[in-house]
Amino acid sequence: MHCRSIYDRKSLKRNRRESQSFGPRFARAHSPLFPRLISRGRRIRLCPQGGNVRQRVPVTTKAAKATEWRRCLTTVQGPTAPRRAEGLHVRDAPTSGCALLERGPLRTRIALLDIDICGPSIPKIMGLEGEQVHQSGSGWSPVYVEDNLGVMSVGFLLSSPDDAVIWRGPKKNGMIKQFLRDVDWGEVDYLIVDTPPGTSDEHLSVVQYLAAAHIDGAVIITTPQEVSLQDVRKEINFCRKVKLPIIGVVENMSGFICPKCKKESQIFPPTTGGAELMCQDLEVPLLGRVPLDPLIGIQEFCNLHQSKEENLISS
Amino acid sequence: MSHRAWPSAGVLFQRRSLEKPVLIIRSNLLQKPGNLAGVRHIILVLSGKGGVGKSTISTELALALRHAGKKVGILDVDLCGPSIPRMLGAQGRAVHQCDRGWAPVFLDREQSISLMSVGFLLEKPDEAVVWRGPKKNALIKQFVSDVAWGELDYLVVDTPPGTSDEHMATIEALRPYQPLGALVVTTPQAVSVGDVRRELTFCRKTGLRVMGIVENMSGFTCPHCAECTSVFSRGGGEELAQLAGVPFLGSVPLDPALMRTLEEGHHFIQESPGSPAFAALTSIAQKILDATPACLP
Repeated sequence: MHCRSIYDRKSLKRNRRESQSFGPRFARAHSPLFPRLISRGRRIRLCPQGGNVRQRVPVTTKAAKATEWRRCLTTVQGPTAPRRAEGLHVRDAPTSGCALLERGPLRTRIALLDIDICGPSIPKIMGLEGEQVHQSGSGWSPVYVEDNLGVMSVGFLLSSPDDAVIWRGPKKNGMIKQFLRDVDWGEVDYLIVDTPPGTSDEHLSVVQYLAAAHIDGAVIITTPQEVSLQDVRKEINFCRKVKLPIIGVVENMSGFICPKCKKESQIFPPTTGGAELMCQDLEVPLLGRVPLDPLIGIQEFCNLHQSKEENLISS
Repeated sequence: MSHRAWPSAGVLFQRRSLEKPVLIIRSNLLQKPGNLAGVRHIILVLSGKGGVGKSTISTELALALRHAGKKVGILDVDLCGPSIPRMLGAQGRAVHQCDRGWAPVFLDREQSISLMSVGFLLEKPDEAVVWRGPKKNALIKQFVSDVAWGELDYLVVDTPPGTSDEHMATIEALRPYQPLGALVVTTPQAVSVGDVRRELTFCRKTGLRVMGIVENMSGFTCPHCAECTSVFSRGGGEELAQLAGVPFLGSVPLDPALMRTLEEGHHFIQESPGSPAFAALTSIAQKILDATPACLP
């Protein structure tokens, strides 16, 4: 895959093994391999000068690290809020929908960062396929949907829609670091970060990199079924483990209203009480429910931002 | 070194002197040939994006193949979100060691369907598996080499979404056993199809044959008025199959009965033969059976 990025393969090879990982130790099936893996590893050193990752100077104090990240994100004035969740339709549509709504009549300035490196869907959903990222003296310019909504995704850096991003963790982490450091967002009120499903390298990395810059919280998206909720409980535990505040949970695909007879059906039945009961048990706010809307699925949605906004407000 | 049972042969040839070369055979060659030696066909279920129903399709495909009289195993390589134990009603079961390695969890008395997932290895069901690549790769290698699958007709491998560490580790670990191919799952929308195109590129680059594309969540028939609505658009999977030159195996509609049996951990193929998704799933399983080359006994 050809990716247009100022990327240093050698420096990444030096930092191939990253140390910090949270996780369970196996109670029953034990292997001699695991103790070796747990004890191995080095911390990634952040570059205090910023810019090219080739200049690797160890940062010795937490205060110095915090200063550097605040400098990089100094133009992001408002909250930064990663959104985590289950799967594609579950997550990307609410993320982009919320970005569109938040920029509403008050002209709030929004930045939308897609760190789903393997499956970047935000360009398609926002109707920005084929757009390119330009580099200026102040950094990479995000792609603007409107003058107060900028988007950055690895999808803009791929030369063809068929290009597959087959990267291991360290390379993805390097790309996320570049997104956070090198993109010139300008003055923004909100930075919304769309993450891939699960609890993997990308999640750990973005939480580590943004820790010094103060993340306001995470919004977790789910569907009503128990199969989805059990993964979301893991996600909530992950957030608590890494001390990431949880803003709330959004239940997507919550009911379907037939366009012909207008009766509601539960395609994904909440057999264990849905997100509402889970939120009560785990003491997490339920922000709302989004029903299944066929308008989300049609291709024209990518280009009809205005009509999508009206539908969201009216429904 | 029991956890490193390499299936391929390796012989060290050492010259002690010019007159008499000495053949040294590595000790691990004398061990078992690999726990996957008894598995006839391996199918990987892939998708470029999450939430399209890979675990659902893997589970139902395995049940449909079992319904057709085959012995099936399911390997759940989705370490961050292991859903298959819940879908088959096997949560809370334990993995035990046997003389050949880890024993998979059998779902019935006849031992015609077995399952291995990281979900069985967690102390609590809500515990998050927050690992980076190397640790995940190591566990996947253990799943492939240390689980005593025994004699199986099919091993269905359910992968997490994307093209990342887990996929590369799975393909590297399974390469010596020549997997039959990959089943790619998508939904009809353009957004999902766009990511599945990348998955097809991944299969091409790694040399994995694509057996076909399955379009999931393809239409919903309202139970009140029988009107079929395309909730997630329509036709995307079929167009992609034509574009990429791979077979289109079928469309599975949104079926509340299927969702309910997955929630309750029942076996959909046995319990709901009259529902819309049943016909689609059994036809996909039949196409897989037809595409499988006959094996020598």
